[in-house]
Amino acid sequence: MSETFLRLTNPGSAALADLPVLSFSEFSSQALRVIRERGGRVSAFFAVPQGAQFRLILVLALDQEGKLLLSATDTGSEYPSLTPDCPQFHWFERELFEQHGIRPQGHPWLKPIRFNQSQNIPGVTDYFTMSGDAVHEVAVGPVHAGVIEPGHFRFQCLGEDVFSLEISLGYQHRGIEKRLIGGPDKKSIHLLETAAGDSSCSYAGAYCQIIEQLSPGCRVSDRNQALRVVAWELERIANHTGDLGALAGDVAFRPTMAYCGRLRGDFLNMTAALCGNRFGRGLIVPGGFGYEVDQTLCNKLLPWIEKTAYELNNAADLLFNAPTVLDRFENTGTVSAETAREIGLVGVAARASGLQQDVRFCHPYGFYNQLPFPLASNNSGDVLGRAQVKMGELIFSMITVAHLLEDLPLRGKTPTKYRLSGNRIAVSLVEAWRGELCHVALTDASGKFSSYKVVDPSFHNWFGLAMALRGEQISHFPVCNKSFNLSYCGHDL
Amino acid sequence: MKSTLFLWLGGVILSLVFCPLLPGLINKVKARLVGCKGASVWQLYFDLFKLLRRGSVYSHTSTWILPLAPLLSMAALLTGMLFLPFAFADSPFAFDGDVVLFFYLLGLARMFSVLAALDTGSSFAGMGASREMQFATLIEIGLFCIIAFLVLLTGHFSLSGLLNGFGTSAWSLGGAAMLLVAIAFFIILLSENCRVPFDDPDTHLELTMIHEAMILDYGGPDLALIHYAAALKLWLFSAIWVLIIMPAGLFTGLTALPVFLVAQILVAVLLGVVESVTARFRFLKVPQVLLGVPVLALMAMILMLMFR
Repeated sequence: MSETFLRLTNPGSAALADLPVLSFSEFSSQALRVIRERGGRVSAFFAVPQGAQFRLILVLALDQEGKLLLSATDTGSEYPSLTPDCPQFHWFERELFEQHGIRPQGHPWLKPIRFNQSQNIPGVTDYFTMSGDAVHEVAVGPVHAGVIEPGHFRFQCLGEDVFSLEISLGYQHRGIEKRLIGGPDKKSIHLLETAAGDSSCSYAGAYCQIIEQLSPGCRVSDRNQALRVVAWELERIANHTGDLGALAGDVAFRPTMAYCGRLRGDFLNMTAALCGNRFGRGLIVPGGFGYEVDQTLCNKLLPWIEKTAYELNNAADLLFNAPTVLDRFENTGTVSAETAREIGLVGVAARASGLQQDVRFCHPYGFYNQLPFPLASNNSGDVLGRAQVKMGELIFSMITVAHLLEDLPLRGKTPTKYRLSGNRIAVSLVEAWRGELCHVALTDASGKFSSYKVVDPSFHNWFGLAMALRGEQISHFPVCNKSFNLSYCGHDL
Repeated sequence: MKSTLFLWLGGVILSLVFCPLLPGLINKVKARLVGCKGASVWQLYFDLFKLLRRGSVYSHTSTWILPLAPLLSMAALLTGMLFLPFAFADSPFAFDGDVVLFFYLLGLARMFSVLAALDTGSSFAGMGASREMQFATLIEIGLFCIIAFLVLLTGHFSLSGLLNGFGTSAWSLGGAAMLLVAIAFFIILLSENCRVPFDDPDTHLELTMIHEAMILDYGGPDLALIHYAAALKLWLFSAIWVLIIMPAGLFTGLTALPVFLVAQILVAVLLGVVESVTARFRFLKVPQVLLGVPVLALMAMILMLMFR
């Protein structure tokens, strides 16, 4: 059978006219076949209103072939749900229902993922319930005891065992996607940098790739591409370090918690040394890099990284060598490879479950094309697996940053003016520290954004956390949650 | 006789005044061991004064049990401590069988805090209460095996007799048995006082709490009372443990008081070190460890009976 897809590599763009618009049956059968037979993964699935109709646009990532497949179909307010055939669509279809009132018929658990648009109150919705003498329900949040973001968790428990966990988000919704329409303007990049503050560099990077793809003749110099990788990897290092510390804290293992807390600060300060902001705001800008990095700065950063890396190794050794810690991490919150594939997990969680999936590796972008790149991976799928994947990535990231700073490419030309071409679609994938971050932009005839879609890695992975808790002890929730460490604001946008 | 009474009274006063120091010391040791400065060792005193100046807030759905529980727990604990020997001096209230009264007064205190937790109707408090009772049941077996060992060792049946009734010879002749019992009681000390690896007094994660989950609804003077009672309980268990590892007769007269205080501080330091090098057990592991306690105590008993 022939395939009608728009084929792109990451990051890529094409004229909107090249995007095949199929009949729904053709659209669904082709998409499901690619997912089933070629390991396709749903990176984005969203609707663009067209009068009374909606155009559904699907972005599939083929990790083994390094290709992105796009297709579209037109639908009214209803269509037969794809979720029963492919659970990856579960969350996306609920989002379509929430944002546009499109009803996927046959969806097993259809309700808004954030909140009902007419009520505007997150958390007010039907929940999965159980009845029986031994059953009890535990509700946690949206206000938590720690200084974390708001989210609501409903556990149905049999004694200490969790039968099911339902996660209800939406408290952080700011309407970022809507506010980007009509852009790009001065605010666009700042909106995206603050969409999920701990992934500022990744968000800015994905946005800049979109701008560069849509602007003809815009090429980023090698030096700036290399510096972007430094920014991305420093972000990853700081967050993974914080995660290892927080994991230790959750099992009351104090040494690693204390050391990693401090070391995370060191890595954030390195980003601050580059641009004056610990989260790297303003570091990555369209066309290049926001700040000049000279030899003095490199000479300051290199020994600093070496020293901190040494200390981090020691702190992590304490964690991974303590039998009491290993006992807590091993076989806790396991997500099997099969489940991970079916629900479309991305990033650290996917790699810990044995999936070979990393945007830097499968869909290399920017300077990652020129870097030798090992894939940190683990087959256990438990908390220990996720912690070990983080540790593996930490080591590689620290080596990469040091390697790049030692030998930065020579200065090149930085483009200063952009004119976005009209009637195009652009896709940009970036491996944020949690996993795949996908931006998709459509421009109108005048080159303004007519639609901008952001899919945070957390969007794919929250359901993975719910699956990890099935049949698990409820007292293991904190450590499972921390091992995923998903973003609430990145999900809610 | 009179001097013993004064010594005992001195020990009681010392305990009431200095028991909030123990948690402060533990936290200080924990902080220092990981390179932090840590809060002042007197922090619990500050917290208690702060809480005493506040009012109490009760949920509309709770009953009179909620405010009563901290008072009753405190009263039970204070009554119980009258039977403990302090500063190596026998209690003037000692009678045969007071050891049973002592541990069931603690049981009474626990019963009321569990009832109060259920009274709040909060799912967290309910989970905490369920865990507390499950582990308490297992602790009781081990505890009374240890008492049985001490009864066999000393021939006494009062707390003062049990803890002061053996001399240094118990350690020199039956060191192995004594060591086993010391380890067994240390496990009970950790578990009864909600220390790592059984519970984590510093956690903010409601889903993993035991003791902390039960008191989430308390504030003000009630919470101060609960914190103070918890510190006192830790002090009492630590005092018992000190008496097990330091036989009577080593220190008599006025030196006993400072020795007692120093011993308590050393226990706090030891607790701080233990908590710094272990992570918390998963709940499924806790019963296995707690059931090891009676095994240790029974082994100690067998050793003692064989080699006496």
